[in-house]
Amino acid sequence: MARTLAHPASTGNHLRLGAFVAAGALLAGCSTIGTGSDDDGASEDGATTGEGGGTVVLVTHDSFALSEDVIADFESSSGLTLETQAPGDGGALVNQLILTKDSPLGDVVFGIDTTFASRAIEEGVLDPYTSPNAGPDVEALAVDDEGYLSAVDVGDVCLNIDHEWFAEEGLEEPTSLTDLTDPAYVDLVVTTNPATSSPGLAFLLATVAEFGEDGWEQYWADLSANGLKVVSGWSDAYYVDFSGPSSEGDRPIALSYASSPPYEVGEGAEEAPTGAMLDTCFRQVEYAGVLAGAANPEGAQQVIDWLLSPEVQADIPENMYVYPADSSIELPESWERFAPLPEDPYTLDPAVITENREAWIQAWTDTVIG
Amino acid sequence: MWGLAAAVPLAFLGLFFALPVGSLVLRGFVADGGLDLGGFAEVFGRPRTWRIIGLTLAQATVGTAIAVLVGIPGAYLLYRCQFRGRAALRAFVIVPFVLPTVVVGVAFRSVLAPSGPLGFLDWDGTFAAVVAALVFFNYAVVVRTVGGFWAHLDPRAEQAARSLGAPPWRAFLTVTLPALTPAIASAASIVFLFCATAFGVVLVLGGTGYGTVETEIWVQTTQFLDLRAAAVLSVVQLVVVAVALGTAGRARARRERALQLGRPERVAHRRLALRGPERSAGDLLAVGVTAVVVVVLLALPLVTVLVRSFRTPTGWGLGNYVNLGTTGGSNALSVTVWEAGLNSLRIAVDATVMAVVVGGLVALVVSRRPRGRGTRRAVRALDAVFMLPLGVSAVTVGFGFLIALDRPLGLDVDLRTHPLLIPVAQAVVATPLVVRTVLPVLRAIDSRLHEAAAVLGASPGRVLRLVDWPIAARSLGLAVGLAFAVSLGEFGATSFLARPDRPTLPVVIFRLIGRPGAENLGMALAASVLLALVTASVMALTERLRAGAAGEF
Repeated sequence: MARTLAHPASTGNHLRLGAFVAAGALLAGCSTIGTGSDDDGASEDGATTGEGGGTVVLVTHDSFALSEDVIADFESSSGLTLETQAPGDGGALVNQLILTKDSPLGDVVFGIDTTFASRAIEEGVLDPYTSPNAGPDVEALAVDDEGYLSAVDVGDVCLNIDHEWFAEEGLEEPTSLTDLTDPAYVDLVVTTNPATSSPGLAFLLATVAEFGEDGWEQYWADLSANGLKVVSGWSDAYYVDFSGPSSEGDRPIALSYASSPPYEVGEGAEEAPTGAMLDTCFRQVEYAGVLAGAANPEGAQQVIDWLLSPEVQADIPENMYVYPADSSIELPESWERFAPLPEDPYTLDPAVITENREAWIQAWTDTVIG
Repeated sequence: MWGLAAAVPLAFLGLFFALPVGSLVLRGFVADGGLDLGGFAEVFGRPRTWRIIGLTLAQATVGTAIAVLVGIPGAYLLYRCQFRGRAALRAFVIVPFVLPTVVVGVAFRSVLAPSGPLGFLDWDGTFAAVVAALVFFNYAVVVRTVGGFWAHLDPRAEQAARSLGAPPWRAFLTVTLPALTPAIASAASIVFLFCATAFGVVLVLGGTGYGTVETEIWVQTTQFLDLRAAAVLSVVQLVVVAVALGTAGRARARRERALQLGRPERVAHRRLALRGPERSAGDLLAVGVTAVVVVVLLALPLVTVLVRSFRTPTGWGLGNYVNLGTTGGSNALSVTVWEAGLNSLRIAVDATVMAVVVGGLVALVVSRRPRGRGTRRAVRALDAVFMLPLGVSAVTVGFGFLIALDRPLGLDVDLRTHPLLIPVAQAVVATPLVVRTVLPVLRAIDSRLHEAAAVLGASPGRVLRLVDWPIAARSLGLAVGLAFAVSLGEFGATSFLARPDRPTLPVVIFRLIGRPGAENLGMALAASVLLALVTASVMALTERLRAGAAGEF
C-alpha cells in the first residue's frame, strides 16, 4: 500500500550526478591525497641522514611566521628541509609536548612562553642546548642555568589606551595599575580571563608582581568594584569592547600588547591614536628548545642557532608582532616611534608561576567572577 | 558481505575516533599503573561541577527547543510552499552553520554590546546571548532535516482531515505533526549534540562566569593538563550524549515505516496565501516567525560582518577583498587567503569523499532490517555509535590523536603528522550528517522490492545496484553538500592539526582576527564573507542535485 521511493532516477539526474562526480574526481586529483609524499614520514628522514641533511620538524604555535626568503636561506645553507607543526597555542602546546614526550612530535620547539616555561622543563620534554648565537640578552632572559630554553622574542602584554578618547573627554590619562581603581576611571577597562586567554594570565601575573602574593586579590576586588569588564579572549576585548580606531566599543583601556599601537596608526599620520601603558606591562618571553628524544637533534640545534641569528631576529617583529630577544637589532621604523618596549616591565620567576598558576587562576575566578 | 560493509566504517571510526578518545580518557583514569576512579568523587565533590552540568543541559535543552520551535515554520515555508527567492533563501540559511565561531562571536557581540544596535537588551554575556547564537548556528539543521522530510509527506491525510471538518490547526497537530516526528526527533538530536558541545560561542558570548562541560574540558586539558578531571567530564559528556541519542532514536523508531512518502514534484506545493479569501492564519504565522528569525537572528550578525568587511582604514571600499591576495597587514599570515581557501577546498574534497563512503556504508547497513533480535540491536547500536563524534569534545579528539596515532596498531606510520589527518578528522564529524541524510531514504524503500528482485533471481549485488542505488543516489547530492560544508567550517579538531604552511580558511580567519589593526580585522571579515559565499554556492549546487531526496537532514 505504501507508496515508496522506488522510482528509477531519470536520465537527467544520472547526467547531472555524473557531471558532479567527474568534477569531484578532477578536484580530488589536486587534493592532498596525492601530495603526501613531500611531507611524509618527516622525523624518520632526519634520523637516517644525521649529518646536516634531511628534515627537521619545528613544533610551534599557529602564529609562527617568518619571511619566505629567510626560511629558504636556512634550508639552502643547512641542507635541511624545515617542516612546521602547529598543534596549539600557549598551554595547549606545552601540554601536548608533555603528553607526547615518549615519542615527540618533532625535533625542536619554538613558542613556549614564560608562563609555561618551567613546567616544560620540569616535565622533561627538553634537552639542554646553548647556542653559540646566544648573546647577553638571551642569557639574561634564561629560565634556568642548564640552558633548556633559549629566549627568541619578547612580547610584552600591556594595557592599551585610546589617546583620542581621553583627549575628547578632557580626562587625564591614567598611567599605573593603581590609577585604574580611581573612581574617575570607572567603567573604562576591559581585560581578558586568565583561564582562557594567555594575555589575561600575563596581566594577572603583572598584578601579582606589583602587589605581592598578599595584595593582588584586593587589587582585583577594587578593580572589579570600579567597573572592570572581563571577556574571554583578546579579539573580543580588542575588537568589540575597545574604543580604538579599528573597533567601535566604549572602553578606552583594553588589554593587548606593547606592539599593538603601530597597527592603529593611519597612513602618513604623525601621532598614534592609541598607546601602550608602559607601567602596566608584563614581560612575556617566548623560548625555543631541543625536544628530548628528537630524531634529528643536530638539525634541532641548527634551528635554534638560526632563530637566534641576526637575520631571523630582524625578521621577527613584522612577522610575529613581537620584539626580538636581541636588543641590538634595529626595530622597524613605526615600532621605534609608536611601540617602544617598556624599560621596566613586571616579571616573575617562571618556577613560581608554574607552582601557583592554578591556585592563582582559581583565586582570581573567586574574586572577580564570584 | 554485510559484515564487510559494517567492518570498513567501524575500522575507520575505531582508529580515528574510539582509539584516540579512549586512550585519552583512559589515561585520566590510570594512576601509578592501576585503575584510579577517585577522580569521580573528587570532580563530583566540587559544587562547580554540578553547576556546569546543569548549565550545559539547560543551554542544550533551551537551544534545541527554540531551534525546533522556530525551525518548523521555516521548514514549512522553505520546503512546502512556493514563492520567489525560495532557492536563495534555502542557500542563505545554511551559511551560519559553517561560519567560524570566533567571527560569529565578534559579530554577535558587536550587535549586543552596550554600544551595539541591540545593546538596549542588555544581553551581552548572558545565557540569552548564548542561546541566541546556538539557534543562529542550528536553525538550518532543523529547517533542512524537517523540511526535507516534509517536502515528501503525502498531503492527502491532512486534506482528508480538513474535509472531515477539522480546523487547520487541528489537522496540523493531529495529522501532520505526528507524521513529522521522526524528522523532528532526528533534527533535535543533532542540534542537541551541537548545542551541548558548543565551545567558541559559549566562551565569547557567555561571559566569564559561564562554564559548560565542554569549556571545562578545554580548560582542564589545555591549561592545567588535569587529565583526571577532564576524563571524568568526558564520561559525563558521553552519558549525556548517549541519553539524548537513545531518546531521539526511540522517538524515531516508533514512527518509522508508517509513512507515505512521495516525490516532491508529485506532492502539491501550495502557493503562499497571505491575502484575499484564501488567506491562511497558519501561513501568516509561518511567514511572521520565519521573517523575524531570518532578519533579526540570521541576517543582523551576517550583515554586520558583511558591512564591516567593506570598511577599510581609508574609508569604504573593496580594499579588504583586494588584500585577500596578500598575507595580511605586516604578514599576519604565512600564505595568502586565496591559498588558504584552496587548501580548504582540497581538504574538503578529501574529507567529503571519506565521509560519503563511510557514511554511505553505515546507512546501507543500518537500513537493513535483519530478522534476528540480536542483529537488529547491533544494527541500531551501529547507528548510534556513528553519531557520537558530534557529541564528544574536539579537544579530547585532538589530544587523543596525539597520544594514540603514533604508529597505531603496529603500523609503521606516524599518523599524527600525516597531512591526511586533517580531512580524516573532518570526515569523522561529517559522517553522522551523511548517515542522517541517506538513511531515511534507504529506510523508505519497501523491503518487498528487495525480496521481489531476489525471488526473480537477482544476485545481492544486482539488487543493490538496481534497487537501492538509484534511490539512494538522489540523496547523495545533499549528503555531499553537507559533508563539504562541515569540512569547510570545521575548526575545533583542525586547529590541533593545522600546519602553519598549509592553513585552512577558518584557521587563517582565526589568525587574522587575533592580530591588531583595521587591516587584519577587515581581511578576517572579508575572508569570512568568502567562506560564506563558497558554502552557499556549494549548498545551492547540491540543492539542485538532490532531485527528490527525503533526507532527515
